[in-house]
Amino acid sequence: MGAGILLSGADDIDFMIHGVFQYELFGQKLWITTTHVCLFIVMAIIIIFCLCANRAVKRATEIPGAFQNVVELVVEMLDSMIKGVMGKNATAFANYIGTLFIFILISNISGLMGLRAPTADYGVTFALGLITFTLITFNKFKYQKVSGVIKGLCDTWPNWAPINVIGDVAVPISLSLRLFANVLSGTVMMALLYGLLGFIATGWPAALHVYFDLFSGAIQTYVFCMLTMTYINNAIEG
Amino acid sequence: MEFNSNFILGCSAIGAGLAVIAGIGPGVGQGIAAGHAAAAVGRNPGAKSDVTSTMLLGQAVAETTGLYGLLVAMLLLFVKPLVP
Repeated sequence: MGAGILLSGADDIDFMIHGVFQYELFGQKLWITTTHVCLFIVMAIIIIFCLCANRAVKRATEIPGAFQNVVELVVEMLDSMIKGVMGKNATAFANYIGTLFIFILISNISGLMGLRAPTADYGVTFALGLITFTLITFNKFKYQKVSGVIKGLCDTWPNWAPINVIGDVAVPISLSLRLFANVLSGTVMMALLYGLLGFIATGWPAALHVYFDLFSGAIQTYVFCMLTMTYINNAIEG
Repeated sequence: MEFNSNFILGCSAIGAGLAVIAGIGPGVGQGIAAGHAAAAVGRNPGAKSDVTSTMLLGQAVAETTGLYGLLVAMLLLFVKPLVP
């Protein structure tokens, strides 16, 4: 904890990741941290929702009930969003983008439920960025072939190839840092608020929660999915 | 020359404050984007939802550089890489 904050008299400001359980693997000391715990809670919520949705869709009726309506709304919204950006490539990536959207959204919103948002850990967002990077590279080689990739690298002038490589590698880093920093800034703000103004924090922080957790989280989810779709589409169409 | 860790921590705090000045750029950029979006909606109110989603996407991307500054400030204050 920084000394500057300690000086102002509050020592219950806490937004760091804590270790819960230590274990050893291949001579390395590893930790199960609060991020893992929150991640498993988020995953449990999503899995329970998916099981219920599966049951509801299997017993689908002509006139949908309340829960079936919600499931259909979610799926249709995601499908139309993906179709709007990717066009004819949408069917192949609807699964991945939909999963990504729901996971990041629930993770960001979990700050509302008192968890430390799992996306405020760079390990989580960087993994998401790496998956996107793998998809981009794979599709580039699949659709543009090796000649197309080399042509893309030597864009305008062959000596610019190193700069183009840096530009490609920067994609997952900037994607993941954007999500991470946004969620982290919300987490830090709320921690500072509760730590420093805890004695008058009744009721009104709810408005800030709506902004930092709901609004910012939803926007960043949308942006992450949008950019992923745009990059993959560019890789396919060259 | 020897510096004690309090001096380095103080300098880190100054550096963190300077790093957060990076927030000026995204502020100006997002303001320009919002202003143009408002003008676009005024000219063509039917396209409001399209304009809004495009504006939010562009703003979120423009926000990144400011967040890099925030990250540097966070690292300096809480991870304290320079303090021995």
